Amino acid sequence: MNRVNPGAVVRRWYGEGPLHLLLMAASFALAGYAGVRLLAGDTWGVIVWFVGAALVHDLVLVPLYAGADRLLCRAAGRRPDLVNFVRVPVLLSGLLLLVWFPLITRQAERYEPASGLSPDVFLGNWLLITAALFSVSAVWLVVRTVRLRRTETKERPSASH
Amino acid sequence: MGDSRRQSPTPPAFLSRLLGGRTTTIIEHLPSAPAFWRSPVRGVRFTAVLGLVLLVGITVLFVTGLLSYAAYNPDLNPVNDKTPDKGLLGFYLFAWPTGPHWLYRLTQGVHVTLGIVLVPVLLAKLWSVVPRLFALPPARSLGHALERISLLLLVGGALFEFVTGLLNIQLEYLFPGSFYPLHFYGAWVFFAAFLAHAGLRAPQAVRVLRSGGLSGKVPDDPLESPAPAPPTLSRRGALAMVGAGSLVLLITSAGRSFDGPLRRLAALTPHGAAEPGSGPNGFQINKTAAAVGVTSADTGEGWWLTVSGPAGDLRFTREQLLAMDQYSAALPIACVEGWSTSDQWWRGVRLRDLAALAGYPDDVPGVLVESVQRSGPFRRAALRDNQVRDPRSLLALQVNGEDLTPDHGYPARIIVPAAPGVLNTKWVSRLTFGEL
Repeated sequence: MNRVNPGAVVRRWYGEGPLHLLLMAASFALAGYAGVRLLAGDTWGVIVWFVGAALVHDLVLVPLYAGADRLLCRAAGRRPDLVNFVRVPVLLSGLLLLVWFPLITRQAERYEPASGLSPDVFLGNWLLITAALFSVSAVWLVVRTVRLRRTETKERPSASH
Repeated sequence: MGDSRRQSPTPPAFLSRLLGGRTTTIIEHLPSAPAFWRSPVRGVRFTAVLGLVLLVGITVLFVTGLLSYAAYNPDLNPVNDKTPDKGLLGFYLFAWPTGPHWLYRLTQGVHVTLGIVLVPVLLAKLWSVVPRLFALPPARSLGHALERISLLLLVGGALFEFVTGLLNIQLEYLFPGSFYPLHFYGAWVFFAAFLAHAGLRAPQAVRVLRSGGLSGKVPDDPLESPAPAPPTLSRRGALAMVGAGSLVLLITSAGRSFDGPLRRLAALTPHGAAEPGSGPNGFQINKTAAAVGVTSADTGEGWWLTVSGPAGDLRFTREQLLAMDQYSAALPIACVEGWSTSDQWWRGVRLRDLAALAGYPDDVPGVLVESVQRSGPFRRAALRDNQVRDPRSLLALQVNGEDLTPDHGYPARIIVPAAPGVLNTKWVSRLTFGEL
């Protein structure tokens, strides 16, 4: 009278529930159907791009910006409250460069003949936006410092009572 | 080789000296150790917020992408079809409508602009789960192993789609093949993995966020650092930073879907920042005449239009076309690359009038349009009967009150409401009406 629970069997041999197995099977079947079409052209080129994108992101981009962030935190030393005044503008400026580097660095050579538009504006615009981001951050810092000083000078006499 | 060995200590000796001889600490300093990852921002609550934003955002990207694919009418004629082996992936295709006339401008503007805006959200999401990539053992069970392979398709697929899209709109064709099949089939591979991931994780994300806000503790949180560094930024602050990234990208790109000062605001995007010219023909150009090798020898005095159908091959000079009944339509140019113009005021001959001349006075069929352009995709394009029938579909000769310039398709171009830009063929030389 030993009844077998199919869910438990799946869980024992598969390690996850039956729904997990079904989802994975459906997902791989669809990915396979599209994948053979994706790989029909330059098979190795596409594989390199697909897997390479994940590897470059995880093993190059993330360590790069995480390392830069760690250096920044170390540079800030005993003033960790100042980190974000540098971190945020650097991150936003870097993000814009990451997304638009072919235009900003004038790599995109087809752009000008095709569109009749000069790509020269993009580097200048990026630098101006970067300058604006750092300026906003600087103004923010100044305002914050002035406010902190004011509250300190206001509180000091009352604290000494 | 022997010399260099003698000069420098062997790697284990070097490492153990560095670590004070305690080899166990090596393990603790590898990315596979949970304590290696020290950001106090990480945690399932933070990941859940980003995941739910992506769940909505990527679903919109996928749907608008499928709509863009349908807008090309790939099932109509091989000349429109860059993915002839699509099989069942084209199951949903339908006759792309001609109204509202800004339909493609909207769907494709949303597709590309949203894709740009989601870049920081995607990067933050990947950052938030990166410790899991290095977690040991690599697989606890068969199910876990399959899920990790699926995650490679998910992460690789997401990055593949975003990178090919961003490169394509900057005309930087570095990717291995034609953009259309890569981005289309890549989207299906990615979406297959995305569906599985959403099915497995979205309920968990909702549950975690319902059980409390962003900052609370979750028991056995696999993403939280066991040895967090002193915080320099709260989770809320980190999300605000991601939002600021999206906002900066939105401000510097959304304007490319409009003419005037808004386009100038799109300071970093292709077809943003400036107009190529001034005056009635000063609006955006996808491909200039020079870029595709169309010269005045092709479009000057010797040019004529051939209209063919049951009535035979009819030839028209530009003067003869201008002598026909002229109609007007205010329609935008909307490119697959996500930029568009405001409505331009086109004037020319209605396609359905030309169909009538070709021998279809009542039942208007589709048309195969050919350009004098000698090479390049879409120098030939097919339009469906509903597109030919629409009274706003023109063989335009003028725009905004002036003759077309060479860059906008002089002597004659197609303009069809709600159609992707590349189906609005420029420098038209031949119209073949009939079954496609």
